[in-house]
Amino acid sequence: MQPITIIVFLPLLAALAAGIVNKAAPPVFAKAVTTGALLVACALSWPIFLGFLTGEASPALVPVAPWVQSGTLVFDWALRVDTLTAVMLVVITSVSALVHIYSWGYMAEDPDQPRFFAYLSLFTFAMLMLVTADNLVQMFFGWEGVGLASYLLIGFWYRKPSANAAAIKAFVVNRVGDLGFMLGIFGTFLVFGTTSIGQILDAAPAMSGATITFLGMRLQTMDVLCILLFIGAMGKSAQLGLHTWLPDAMEGPTPVSALIHAATMVTAGVFMVCRLSPMFETAPVALALVTFIGAATCLFAATVGTTQWDIKRVIAYSTCSQLGYMFFAAGVGAYGAAMFHLFTHAFFKALLFLGAGSVIHAMHHEQDMRYYGALRRDIPVTFWAMLIGTLAITGVGIYGIGGFAGFHSKDAILEVAFARGSEMGRFAFWVGAFAAFLTSFYSWRLMFLTFFGRPRWADSPHIAHAAHDDAHHGGADNPPSQEDAQPKGPHAVPSPNYEAGTGGYHPHESPASMLLPLGVLMVGAVAAGFVFSGAFLDREEFWGGSIFYNAPLMHAMHEVPLLVKLAATIAMLAGLALAWQAYLRDTRLPGQAAEQLGPIYRFVYRKWYFDEIYNAVFVRPAFWLGRLFWRRGDVGLVDRFGPDGAAWVVRRGSRAVRHLQNGQLANYAFVMLLGVVAAVSWVLVR
Amino acid sequence: MTGYPLLSLLMLVPLVAGLACLFLQAAAARQLALGATLVNLAGGVLLWRLYEVGGPQWQFQEYAPLFSGFAWALGIDGIALMLILLSVFLMPLCILASWRAIDTRVGEYMAAFLFMETLMIGVFAAQDLILFYVFFEAGLIPMYLIIGIWGGDNRIYASYKFFLYTLLGSVLMLIAMLWMITTAGTSYIPDLMQTDFPAGAQTWLWLAFFASFAVKMPMWPVHTWLPDAHVQAPTAGSVILAGVLLKMGGYGFIRFSLPMFPEASAQFTWLILGLSMAAVVITSLIALVQEDMKKLIAYSSVAHMAIVTAGLFAFNVQGLEGAMIMMLSHGLVSGALFLCVGVIYDRLHTREIARYGGLADTMPRYAVFFLFFTMAAIGLPGTSGFVAEFLSLAGVYQISSWAALVLTTGIILGAGYMLYLYARIAYGGHRTPEAARMPDLTAREWTLLTPIAAAVLWMGVYPEPFLAPMRNDIAALEARLARAAPAGDALPVIGEPRELPANAIAHRAATGEGHH
Repeated sequence: MQPITIIVFLPLLAALAAGIVNKAAPPVFAKAVTTGALLVACALSWPIFLGFLTGEASPALVPVAPWVQSGTLVFDWALRVDTLTAVMLVVITSVSALVHIYSWGYMAEDPDQPRFFAYLSLFTFAMLMLVTADNLVQMFFGWEGVGLASYLLIGFWYRKPSANAAAIKAFVVNRVGDLGFMLGIFGTFLVFGTTSIGQILDAAPAMSGATITFLGMRLQTMDVLCILLFIGAMGKSAQLGLHTWLPDAMEGPTPVSALIHAATMVTAGVFMVCRLSPMFETAPVALALVTFIGAATCLFAATVGTTQWDIKRVIAYSTCSQLGYMFFAAGVGAYGAAMFHLFTHAFFKALLFLGAGSVIHAMHHEQDMRYYGALRRDIPVTFWAMLIGTLAITGVGIYGIGGFAGFHSKDAILEVAFARGSEMGRFAFWVGAFAAFLTSFYSWRLMFLTFFGRPRWADSPHIAHAAHDDAHHGGADNPPSQEDAQPKGPHAVPSPNYEAGTGGYHPHESPASMLLPLGVLMVGAVAAGFVFSGAFLDREEFWGGSIFYNAPLMHAMHEVPLLVKLAATIAMLAGLALAWQAYLRDTRLPGQAAEQLGPIYRFVYRKWYFDEIYNAVFVRPAFWLGRLFWRRGDVGLVDRFGPDGAAWVVRRGSRAVRHLQNGQLANYAFVMLLGVVAAVSWVLVR
Repeated sequence: MTGYPLLSLLMLVPLVAGLACLFLQAAAARQLALGATLVNLAGGVLLWRLYEVGGPQWQFQEYAPLFSGFAWALGIDGIALMLILLSVFLMPLCILASWRAIDTRVGEYMAAFLFMETLMIGVFAAQDLILFYVFFEAGLIPMYLIIGIWGGDNRIYASYKFFLYTLLGSVLMLIAMLWMITTAGTSYIPDLMQTDFPAGAQTWLWLAFFASFAVKMPMWPVHTWLPDAHVQAPTAGSVILAGVLLKMGGYGFIRFSLPMFPEASAQFTWLILGLSMAAVVITSLIALVQEDMKKLIAYSSVAHMAIVTAGLFAFNVQGLEGAMIMMLSHGLVSGALFLCVGVIYDRLHTREIARYGGLADTMPRYAVFFLFFTMAAIGLPGTSGFVAEFLSLAGVYQISSWAALVLTTGIILGAGYMLYLYARIAYGGHRTPEAARMPDLTAREWTLLTPIAAAVLWMGVYPEPFLAPMRNDIAALEARLARAAPAGDALPVIGEPRELPANAIAHRAATGEGHH
């Protein structure tokens, strides 16, 4: 049996075992089985990746089973391994294994642990099916499978109405993207006669001048297909317009956010564009759209991130924004850079999320940063983890020497966007540079609010609750929030003085099972950049044809003006300075700024009103139309004039006829007379 | 192939058992009915095994002339085989589902189901037009009785509505059939399928058949009998209604309308596509606002059957095979969903969604099954629903991108109403103390749901055994339709390819390929 078969199917078996046994065995069974499976998968994945890194391995295709054969539409189950897949394999299995371990600690109090671990492993299986797909339909299988797992995990605490709503929203919004993906597959099959990715990519260049009619418009074939597929990517990767589900997805347990909504699933869209990069390179309009949407998302999400109070939502918008970077890198043709950022981002974003989980764990499930402050002394390991994550995401480094992971990948993206030389590329560069400033600002804002300044814990309902429990029950830790979170005031005022701010609460550092993954990810966040930068960006042979490698562009990237190369660093420093000024030096500044910028602040704080608009335009009209079609359509028209109408006619008709048979002889005689007269006159007149 | 008249035996077993049930006590009737349907299931599996894939088009043929050219002519192709298999698979589950829920006139009830099985097999196996008509119409009667006698509070209205609707179309179809028999000089279906009727006559014949099949399907806007029938029918009645009776309409289209009137079918393609598009959007939106579980699933059935009609009238292999798989898948999935509703209805005796909630807590195993079938209804890849939806829509896309776009919105709306239903039933807190006390699945209910789940998964992961028997028949049908098939709207033209990729930039260094 090939290692890849084990990597992919072992998590599925583990998920089934954990799910079927469920509570029949102690939770440690499910935890051990799933975590063990993931460790095995991870241990098998790295050699594959290193094989491609050293150039020893070559792409392989492992057939599994036939799936569907319908006329000329044929697709099978198969596992394809090439460099691109190998990169995703290590990201998925490593982060997943670490998240499994982390969840031992984080979910320790939860009564439904087997279900949780089964879902996590199920997710991993689906994600692996996605990245090993050899045809678009299997990719769609993985695509929907991760969607299902995401739905289940967002709604894991299913007693909370908000979690259920978020889960449904995630699934349905993703389905909007899937509509595009499915139509894209249909169109691809129509044009190429196959869904095999290899065959499509081979045939794509010859199709670059083809035209097709779509929805009555005559368009460039490849642009239509790529845009349709990209709509799918937008849904899964939470790009502007279809992003609304991602912040709400934070209703799920934090390890889920780290694994699914930061490191792996949401990058599936980027993976798809890179996987199909030779196809996208035949579609200039589609690529311009990818660049534009990526840049726009990058900016939009970064602005919103600067105003949010919930620690997980800040990181969620940050993820959304970083995905925007990946997309515009792909849009300008630097697929290697997009994948590189995907790779580094997986480490530092998982680190940030798991770090945030550790903070939340220490703060008794309080997620509002207004109730944090001064935590660096109480939870030092978490502090260091978050610090390194922040240094990585903001791209700290020195040009020419090196730096944290994000320094290498984000700088490369900005440089390559500039080097591309097109107007769209320049636009993306400036937007990206500004977003880098915002990234730095919101990341440091998070750090300062959480770990520096004075404690503001006392006002938190969660902390008050916990301190109360401490006093009475000797610190029994409540299970995580199956109960609903308390609503929060709009602008809490920081607590007056230092000691009072703690509310008598003592945050505890997380257990080793949670700190160990943080440690591993810290190494990744520090080293993933400079270790792999050469391979991902500059070595065409590393990719081995698994993505479109634009050698001239990657060379031009190194020849951009010095100021462009320093742009990200300058933006990062500016953001740090502003955050330092606003959240450490003069803490009244943010409130004043928010007041002075009134409408703009509210616009950003309300997330550009996307949810409100979508509710008004789609959700409520859907229910209204449903009632209209039902009450007025089915009942009011169809039934009224259809079967009920027919019944009414028969009833009224029979009632009318009944009057004729009233038994009075005179009436009958009269009618008979009329008949005779009529008959006689007809005969005469004829 | 065996020399035994297997199809007649399949029809005889439930007929005899049904007659016997009329004279038996409740317990004995239940057992006899279960036994008979299991025997028939075994017979169906035998049929599947013996069916020669790639063999002659019509197999297991029987022919016995009766009078004036009308004959006891049976025989099946792959399409009929699959639908017979679906019927005999669902039947024992229906009997089991009624095991406790029905306690009045049990013998008569079981007899009605068994007679219906005979008639359903007859519909799919008949090779004589008149024979088909007799089975097709007679199939209504047991269903009418099941709704009218063992139904809910408003059963009389529902059963009349059901009868009125379906009978209306049938009269027109009978006239058309009589005309066809006189014109073609035969009532033998395989011959009729090869007959080329004049184009002008085809239009009228097609419309007459359409009147009947559209109601049976049901297509929007003649679907309003279905929600009422489902709501009032006992659980098993809903299962058979959704599982098999609705498939008679689709079977009619694929057996009669398409092969016998190809030109007229092409002429009316847009009528079908238009009604299908309307159905998907409108009934999905209606499903979103339903407060009654069965009504919601009934409306979702209309939306799913619209995918069937659209796939059939795509005139290509993917559309036809997708439509067939959709019929099988929908038969299983919506049958299972009605069983799921029945499970909790038996406990709380209400179909009102708002009375439930939080079942994931008290009935976790039930919640898993319900979720699985919900996902299958949504068309999650790996379940039969996906193969069905994907193939049909891929077929539709080849003739119209507009139709494909509108029909594919069904995947969004479907996810909306099904997940909303699931969240209200399984998630959240318990809204009533009665709902909180409901026990989890019994062994009998496990036996009901497990086989369907297995079949749904099988058809989703490896549908080949279901597709293979139909392959030649679908190919033959496509070949017959080819002369009339409407052209697709895509009109792809391969132009002059561009020389450079989209992101090519000026190549500054001549040695740019190497390392710097």
